[in-house]
Amino acid sequence: MTSEALSPSKLGASGAVEPRGAKPKKLTIARVGVYAFLVIAALFFLMPLWVMVVTSLKGLPEIRLGHLFNLPAEVTFEPWLKAWDTACTGRDCNGLKPGFMNSLKITLLSVPVSIVVAMINGYALSFWKYKGSDLLFGILIFGAFVPYQVVIYPLIIGLSKVGLFATLPGIVIVHTIFGMPILTLLFRNFFASLPPELFKAARVDGAGFWQIFFQIMLPMSVPIAIVAVILQTTGIWNDFLFGTVFAGRENMPMTVQLNNIVTTTTGVREYNVNMAATILTAAVPLAVYFISGKWFVRGIAAGAVKG
Amino acid sequence: MTQHSVSIRDLSLNFGNVKVLEHLDLDIAQGEFIVLLGPSGCGKSTLLNCIAGLLDVSDGQIFIGGRNVTWEEPKDRGIGMVFQSYALYPQMTVERNLSFGLRVAGMKKDEIDKRVARAAEILQIGPLLQRKPVELSGGQRQRVAIGRALVRDVDVFLFDEPLSNLDAKLRSDLRVEIKRLHQRLKNTMIYVTHDQIEALTLADRIAVMKNGVIQQLSDPHTIYNKPVNLYVAGFIGSPQMNMLNGTLNGTTFTTDDGTVISAVNYQFMAPVSGPTKAILGVRPEHIVLGEEARAMPFSLDVEIEIVEPMGSDTLAWTKIGGHPVTFRCNSDVDIKSGQKAVIGFDAGRGSIFSVETTNRL
Repeated sequence: MTSEALSPSKLGASGAVEPRGAKPKKLTIARVGVYAFLVIAALFFLMPLWVMVVTSLKGLPEIRLGHLFNLPAEVTFEPWLKAWDTACTGRDCNGLKPGFMNSLKITLLSVPVSIVVAMINGYALSFWKYKGSDLLFGILIFGAFVPYQVVIYPLIIGLSKVGLFATLPGIVIVHTIFGMPILTLLFRNFFASLPPELFKAARVDGAGFWQIFFQIMLPMSVPIAIVAVILQTTGIWNDFLFGTVFAGRENMPMTVQLNNIVTTTTGVREYNVNMAATILTAAVPLAVYFISGKWFVRGIAAGAVKG
Repeated sequence: MTQHSVSIRDLSLNFGNVKVLEHLDLDIAQGEFIVLLGPSGCGKSTLLNCIAGLLDVSDGQIFIGGRNVTWEEPKDRGIGMVFQSYALYPQMTVERNLSFGLRVAGMKKDEIDKRVARAAEILQIGPLLQRKPVELSGGQRQRVAIGRALVRDVDVFLFDEPLSNLDAKLRSDLRVEIKRLHQRLKNTMIYVTHDQIEALTLADRIAVMKNGVIQQLSDPHTIYNKPVNLYVAGFIGSPQMNMLNGTLNGTTFTTDDGTVISAVNYQFMAPVSGPTKAILGVRPEHIVLGEEARAMPFSLDVEIEIVEPMGSDTLAWTKIGGHPVTFRCNSDVDIKSGQKAVIGFDAGRGSIFSVETTNRL
C-alpha cells in the first residue's frame, strides 16, 4: 500500500468522497414523500376535531352561514355552558352534568373492581396451576370473542332475578364480567413473563397465596396495572350499549345522554351545543390518552404481545 | 431413621407420560456437600425442586433430618434455596429481601435484625443492605440470594446452578466463597450444576446424572479416575478422555488397527474371559512424552499434529492407530506440530469399558 492511500485526503482514487466518520444523512425524495403523506394524513384525521371546536365556539347565526372551517368571528362559550347545564335530554333539561356524574360513578367503581378481579385471576392462572387451569384460561379467552348481543338477554334476566338490573352495582358487575377476558390475558401474560424462580423463592420463604400476591407480585405489576386502568377507563367511559341496557334511568352514563341531546328533534338543531357536548364527553378518554400515551404503548408491548 | 440429613427413597416423577425421574435413591450425610452434575435435561434441577417441595413427586419418599417431608410445604422442610436467576424480590431492599421469610413467619423484630446482621457479616454485604437489587452487580445479587437462605437458619442448602449467570472470574471467586461458607457452617449442601469444574472443586461426593438416573455417586477423585461407564468418562474431564476402540483378550488390549497395549496393571472389576470388544480410555495428562514415555508399559513413536499452548500447560494432538489422541504436557516443553515424538502411558491408570454394556470392566 502506498502512503498516498493512507493520507487523510477526503478524495479517494475515483475522486469521490472517502467515507470517514459518521455516515451523512441524506434527504431523499422518498423520504420527503413519506413525511408529506404523514402530515396530510394527520391533518385529515384532525379535521373533524377542528370543525367541532370551531363550531362549538360559534353562535347559531354564524353557523348558518355555512363556513365550516372558518374560525368563529365572535367567540362564545354559551353552547358549552348550555351543553353542560341546560341542554334537554328528553324531558329533563339539566345538560350533560348528571350524565357526567353517572359516568364518573360507573367508571370509578368498575375500573378497580374489574382490575382487581383480573389481576388475581392472572396471578392464579400463571403461578398456582391446578388441574384444568389451562382449560379455564382457554375458556376465559374464548369469552373475549363472544359477541355481546348473545349474552345481553340472559344477563338481563339473571340480573333482574337477583334485583340488580338497572342499578349501579348491576352495571359494575356487567363491566367487570366483560372486562375479564382481555384483562386476565393481560395480567396472565405479564406474570408469565416474570422469572418463575421469584415465585419459587417466595414459596421457600414460606409466603402463601395472598402474601406472594400482595408483597411481591402487586408491587411489580404497577406498569401493567396502569395499562389496565387506561384500557378500562376509556372502554367503560366510551361504553354505550351496556349503559343503555343495564344502567337504568337513574344511572344513565354520559354517552347515552349525549346521544339523547343530539337526537332530540324538537325546535332548531343546535349544532354548536351538540359539538360542545360531544367534546365534553370525549374529553375524559382523550385526556387519559394524552397523559398516559407512553405507558400505554409500553404496557401493550410488554404485556399483551409477550408470552 | 438413620442419621442421614437427606434421604430420597424410590423417587419417581412423571410429567404426563414423560418419566423425568425413575426409582431414584440417594442418601446424603449430615454436613455433606453433594453435587448433582449432568447436562441440561438430565433431571438434576427437577430432583432439587422435588427436594425443595416445589414439585409434587409421583412416587417415593423424601426425608430431611429424619423426618418424612414428602407432603410438606417448602417452608416446613428446613431448607434454603438459591436460584440461578437470583430471584431477588425487585421491589424490596436487600435488607427486606433477607428478612422476607422471617417476617412472613412472624418472627420478632430483634431476632430478625440479629439474623440479618449475621448473614450480612458472613457474606460481607453489610454496606448493601439499603440498596435495591437493580443497584447490585451479579456477584452481589448472588451473595444476597445466598444470604436469604442463610437467615433461615436451616440444615439443608439447595443451590440451583447459582453461578451460571456470572462471568468466569466472578464464578471462580464465588465458588471459593461457597466452599468457605460450607466449611464454616458445615450445613448439608445440595448443589446442581452442569459445570464439571464446579462439581470437582466443591463436592464431597458427585452424583453424575443422565436421563433421570444417577450414573455414578462417588467422591470427585473416584469419579475422575475410575468412571463407572463411558458416559461418566466422557462427561467428566476437559479435554475429554481419549477413547481407543479395540479388543480385550485377558490383559492385552489390541486396538482395531493392531496396536497392542498391555493392561497388566489394570484393576479389573471382575475377571474378563475371552476376547471382548472394548474401549480403552486414557486421560490426556496420563500420557507422557520423551524419556519418561520410554519407561512406561506402553510407548509409541508418533507425529505431533497440532499444539495448543494453554499457558499453564500445553495440549498436543496426535494419533494412536488412527484415533485422534490429545495429551497434556508441561508448558516449558519445546514441542512443535509436525515434530516426531515418543509418547507413552500406563493402561493401568486408564479405564476400560465394554462396548456392549458401556460399563467399566
